[in-house]
Amino acid sequence: MRTLSTRRRHPLAGLLVLAVGLLITGGLYAAVAPKAATAETTSIDDIEAGRQLFLVGCASCHGVNAQGIVTEGTDDQPGNYGPSLIGVGAASVDFQMGTGRMPMAQTAPQAPRKKIEYSEEEISQVAAYIASLAPGPQIPDERYLDYESLSDEEIARGGEFFRTNCTACHNSVGAGGALPNGRYAPSLHGVEAKHIYEAMQTGPQQMPVFSDDVITPEEKLAVIGYVRAMSTEPDYGGFSGGNFGPVSDGLFVWVIGIGGLVGFATWIGWHGTRTKKKKA
Amino acid sequence: MPASAYHHAFFQAGDGMSTYTPVEDTKTGKKLAGPVGWLDERLGLAALGKKNLRKVFPEHWSFMLGEIALWSFVVLLITGVFLTLWFDPSMAETVYTGSYRPLNGVEMSVAYASALDISFDVRGGLLLRQMHHWAAHLFIAAMMVHMLRVFFTGAYRKPREINWLIGLGLLTLGILAGFSGYSLPDDLLSGTGLRIADGMIKSIPLVGTHISFFLFGGEFPGDQIIPRLYMAHILLIPALLLGLIAAHMLLLVYHKHTQFPGAGRTNENVVGYPMLPVYAAKAGGFFFIVFGVIAFLSATFTVNGIWIYGPYNPAEVTAGSQPDWYMGFAEGALRIFPPLEFNIFGSTWPLSVLIPGLGALGILFTLLGAWPFVERWITGDDREHHLLDRPRNAPTRTALGVAGMTAFGLLWIGGGNDVIALRFGLDLNAITYFLRVMFFLGPIIAFIITRRICISLQRKDHEVLTHGFETGVIDRSPDGGYSERHAPLPVDAQYALTSAKPATVAIEAPELVDANGVDAPNGRKAKLRARLRRWYYAGAFDKPTVEEMQHAEEHLRDAGQHPVDLGEDFQGVSETGVPRVH
Repeated sequence: MRTLSTRRRHPLAGLLVLAVGLLITGGLYAAVAPKAATAETTSIDDIEAGRQLFLVGCASCHGVNAQGIVTEGTDDQPGNYGPSLIGVGAASVDFQMGTGRMPMAQTAPQAPRKKIEYSEEEISQVAAYIASLAPGPQIPDERYLDYESLSDEEIARGGEFFRTNCTACHNSVGAGGALPNGRYAPSLHGVEAKHIYEAMQTGPQQMPVFSDDVITPEEKLAVIGYVRAMSTEPDYGGFSGGNFGPVSDGLFVWVIGIGGLVGFATWIGWHGTRTKKKKA
Repeated sequence: MPASAYHHAFFQAGDGMSTYTPVEDTKTGKKLAGPVGWLDERLGLAALGKKNLRKVFPEHWSFMLGEIALWSFVVLLITGVFLTLWFDPSMAETVYTGSYRPLNGVEMSVAYASALDISFDVRGGLLLRQMHHWAAHLFIAAMMVHMLRVFFTGAYRKPREINWLIGLGLLTLGILAGFSGYSLPDDLLSGTGLRIADGMIKSIPLVGTHISFFLFGGEFPGDQIIPRLYMAHILLIPALLLGLIAAHMLLLVYHKHTQFPGAGRTNENVVGYPMLPVYAAKAGGFFFIVFGVIAFLSATFTVNGIWIYGPYNPAEVTAGSQPDWYMGFAEGALRIFPPLEFNIFGSTWPLSVLIPGLGALGILFTLLGAWPFVERWITGDDREHHLLDRPRNAPTRTALGVAGMTAFGLLWIGGGNDVIALRFGLDLNAITYFLRVMFFLGPIIAFIITRRICISLQRKDHEVLTHGFETGVIDRSPDGGYSERHAPLPVDAQYALTSAKPATVAIEAPELVDANGVDAPNGRKAKLRARLRRWYYAGAFDKPTVEEMQHAEEHLRDAGQHPVDLGEDFQGVSETGVPRVH
């Protein structure tokens, strides 16, 4: 305290007080202020900012006007360096950038989920820009993401939809599955509800589109609820090896079962044989 | 150590030196004399027991592999009885209202609902269900390992060919039992397995569809298959298994157990311990160990968590659908086989299902069943064999076995290609193309390498016999040269190595043309046989002759005549320089 009081007449003291005051005010405002704007409340500024971001980070593959870049390709499959983004909507952008899939690190059969490169605000700006090009699926409303409010019956119903539409690729607990030519259906564990919803809505990469006519928003929410339930259910029978099916059973029974029992058999076999134990 | 204490007492009793009290004079003996006598007069067990309770079995860890299968089967029976109390094999529809909430209110079959009830609402049900499943995995794995042991040591040779076939029957039935059990809970995974079985049956040209309709009681999946499989699973297959197990063990007793060669062991005797009390105790103890390992697996590892799959619906499937591991090779064959199918007279011949599906199973079991007879025909060996081969001493057989294991393993990898692709970030198609090539190349490479290794090991044995083993003691000669001293193997080891190696059966040149220039009957067959025999024995390395051994003895005699005495116990040093005792 002594130090503080002796220096209160310091020429810079006033400046310091001002700076602290500003910091507190700004910090409080940032913490308390209402969250900015989803896609619906975007401004012209957001769109312009998004366009600038797009030109820097996305245009090299998707074209300066997001029209896509077509390459020669083969007769039955036109080459596609980066697809057109006109009409993919804000939901697509939010999914691809919000899970770190875009921008891609390198050309690959499939863009993997990875570290997110852009801030939430930047993503919403790019989304606003893409949404401004043509109408497309919007980022889902909060009420379709509130999976925690679902009843058991609704989750079970989501399970029916999940088994009918999703397990063939994503596995019955959403652990993921392989697809031809190095592609795969990724694991759904730890994916945000918003992104699961958007994936169903926009059909990224190998995934088909499940439009609102096919699976209604309420049903999509139920599916999300089931995926979450599967991720959080305990392993009732003990360690499950990731629920990849019986392949891991074979591993365990050979390594622990046969391996262990051969060890025991050797132990029994060693004891009581007519081995000559010479005196040391 | 109890075993050696017994050992001691046993031999003292044999020498008549101990204070041995006949059992009828002991306190317990006097009490039991009455009831036992009563039983013996009616059942005549004394004579039988006297002969068999003291029957001698040889000792080796690998002789206990079949026992793992036997004890797993006992665990299967015990846990299976428990499961039958709760399982309801009905395909009638019901609405699930049990404890597992994510399936609450879902329509499903009664079979699946009762399997879920066993898992979640029956006390100890999940543990017992998992024990049943792990025991089944272990049962078949142990049978296969046991079969490999029998194969690689040549234990299937005369007079045990029939027991080999019985064992093969046991393996077949074990797989059928496993498959039928896998199909009972009627979850999405088990239904997918049944669908594949249905597809395999339907792939049989002309009659496949009819057989499928007959088995399923109509169009797949119908409402018949689970009750039918249940009957097979709990009655028919276990009864056949029990009968064959009894036959397998009776023949084992009748033939006597094979033993590895060693000092004092011949084709005519069995060196080991008597059934009672040594093996009764050892085998009894081993049962509890097997039981314990199964219980450990069941308490710590999920096997077939049926609740995650949901009820079977023919329109659904889940990624990562696999058969249980023992069908993995057939699944793999199906997965890697290229598409091949044609239509003839309005009938579809789906060869890409028929050949890998039924073909893989058929070819594997045909080859296994035929092998003892094929080998006997090739070698012309009609002798009885009670001494086991060391795998290195039958290079062609060992190499064939390893080639077979390689093919099996590659197909098995194919069965899990999707999980492998996903977990290791590989290309599913690349795995498939690789396996298509390696299925043919891999076994050939494995055959060549294994045979060379076996022959090298034989040469090593030969060298150790004729030149002694390396003692690790370096001598320096007066003129400064260094050499490692060799010492003869202990006589027991020499005996084991030399008696392990039966002389090859001579190759007689086939008579293609008789004295009058007429083609000999069966001339071509004889030629083929001679060629196969030459191939079978190619690179064979006969054991050292008596002269060579005598020469070696003279040569190594002065090994002990050295200023630095090696000592009587010295048996050489290990790689780390520690003197070892053979």
